[in-house]
Amino acid sequence: MSKFLDRAFTVALVSAALALPAIAGDSTRMKGVESASVPSGEGAGEHFGLGREATQEEIAAWNIDVRPDGEGLPEGSGTVARGEEIFTEQCAVCHGDFGEGRDRWPQLAGGFDTLTRERPVKTVGSYWPYLSTVYDYVHRAMPFGNSQSLSNDDVYALAAYILYLNDIETDEDFELSKKNFTTITMPNAGEFVADNRAEEQHYKDDRDPCMKDCKSGPVEVTMHAQVLDVTPDAGGEEGPGGGNVD
Amino acid sequence: MDSESTSGRDGTAKAKADHGGASRRSFLKSTLALGGAGLAGTAGIRAAQAAGDPLITEIQDWNRYLGVGVDAAPYGMPSEFEKDVVRRSVPWLTADATSSVNFTPLHALDGIITPNGLCFERHHGGVAVIPPQDHRLMIHGLVDKPLVFTMEDLQRFPRENRVYFLECAANSGMEWRGAQLNGCQYTHGMVHCVMYTGTPLKHLLNEAGVKTAGKWLLAEGADASTMTRSIPMEKALEDCMVVWKMNGEALRPEQGYPVRLVVPGWEGNMWVKWLRRLEVGDAPWEQREETSKYTDLLADGKARKFTWAMEVKSVITNPSPQAPITHGRGRTVITGLAWSGNGTIKRVDVSIDGGRNWQTARLDGPSLSKAVHRFYHDFDWDGSELYLQSRAMDEQGFVQPTKNELRAARGTNSIYHNNGIQTWYLKADGALENVEVS
Repeated sequence: MSKFLDRAFTVALVSAALALPAIAGDSTRMKGVESASVPSGEGAGEHFGLGREATQEEIAAWNIDVRPDGEGLPEGSGTVARGEEIFTEQCAVCHGDFGEGRDRWPQLAGGFDTLTRERPVKTVGSYWPYLSTVYDYVHRAMPFGNSQSLSNDDVYALAAYILYLNDIETDEDFELSKKNFTTITMPNAGEFVADNRAEEQHYKDDRDPCMKDCKSGPVEVTMHAQVLDVTPDAGGEEGPGGGNVD
Repeated sequence: MDSESTSGRDGTAKAKADHGGASRRSFLKSTLALGGAGLAGTAGIRAAQAAGDPLITEIQDWNRYLGVGVDAAPYGMPSEFEKDVVRRSVPWLTADATSSVNFTPLHALDGIITPNGLCFERHHGGVAVIPPQDHRLMIHGLVDKPLVFTMEDLQRFPRENRVYFLECAANSGMEWRGAQLNGCQYTHGMVHCVMYTGTPLKHLLNEAGVKTAGKWLLAEGADASTMTRSIPMEKALEDCMVVWKMNGEALRPEQGYPVRLVVPGWEGNMWVKWLRRLEVGDAPWEQREETSKYTDLLADGKARKFTWAMEVKSVITNPSPQAPITHGRGRTVITGLAWSGNGTIKRVDVSIDGGRNWQTARLDGPSLSKAVHRFYHDFDWDGSELYLQSRAMDEQGFVQPTKNELRAARGTNSIYHNNGIQTWYLKADGALENVEVS
């Protein structure tokens, strides 16, 4: 099967395993070289002399991302106790004192063993695969409405506290730092799989779709949207939680 | 449509103290009123025809008096009679309007190009307001020379124009468990399709010189969510673009002004708006938007990650719950949209009997890869109840599945990537409803 979905998800695997040809790093090497991974066309491989070199200070100011292997972690540390103070002050108003989530704001803790239930509760503890994402996301985008106001130590402390709220760390004196960061394994880390949609039965069949007398019996309505009555036009206010967009 | 019955559809739904049954009744009433108005209108025209239609036999104001001059609207807006063709939101879907979504009014549009002001919005930290002269785009990481570009720099790269659909990964996500929202604006309106002008991303990467180890790209926005996604280098070089114009004019602020990333065929979340940084690396970053979000939980508790491509999909946009049939029986045009992240749409079939029998619809307009396609099915409606469905096939041979086929494969908690076949129940009075059928 050479369908695109196949190709899309194998990109990750293939590119991890094989060295792609040099993309453009060396323009002299690229000249006249035909490569499947470098699209041809006007300007491919060409240099235009546009832009200017970024300074190290500029890169440092924007390059705050952290990877699962710890690449990008800054120097610093923070304890569970310190994290609790910051969380109470800056986070609990939306996320609740115990990360339970107020109103419709995201729940950060709990929900263990709910992923196969009818209503899964996906939290940092029950769902997130990597602690690096906690550090990275809190640092870049929280508190909501006041992004990038937390120091590196604050973020270590908050990450430690979120681990504590999820019973991943049970010691109140636990201190998270750049040094011990990658020793933490999240409970759901191994539960993510590559995109294999193309292998689903309805695609694998590769059938010519039925055109005539495809089903027998009269059409029966199994569900009405109007019964749920949640479309804004219909005056409904509360969703039944049938799905969401996050 | 009379304004009375449409005014309740402006999306500002008043919070009703006593909703439930009462509001359902009022909705049904307004739906019936709509159908009634249509019939009365037809009857009125017939009566008038005997003596001559006064709209013809009497001189109308617009025929006698001057209209406004050319200075009245330096930037024009749609006719006042189209004021109901607007984006709408569903407040209960999200905790806050700044990290939320609204919907394109697909039921009222035609062709394949979405007007800029109607393109659905999805923000995670509201709309960033960035003076273009203050915007910078940085490329760094595994490159020979890290670079900073101004907007002026970007616009000196060779330009290309491409029409692509952008579909939110969560489009139709609220329908995984069953029919929930009544109108294709709500069930399918997290999609738009415009012509982008910009430069291929490969030009920018060439300029910096990607090192051999550079297999992944992190794209980051300048907004308060500092949105980030990991993109495989092969896709970045294949057809991604850095764009500053949509449908000929500057990007709208809510679409990433002054510059956004275009990732053709792939989930909308990756089309980073207010694009400020591209980092080249040797592994994905596993950001919040590709771990906590935009991963698809399956029935066995495992979750798919990096489900980038949007699958083959279609929907009948008119008639639909927000666009009932008001002309009575007789000649009817069914129209809708089909699209696929795999390329062009090869064929769209339409059923009026809930999938028992299908007829191939007529595709009209440009057929562009990874853009929406417009289809029509013309037929005589005999006034009976029908169950309307559309089923798209793409150039790779993928056939749009039923919702039940999707559920059999994935369960009901995937949130994203619901491309199942939609059913509209057409009633004898011309009203339609979002339903699921056996």
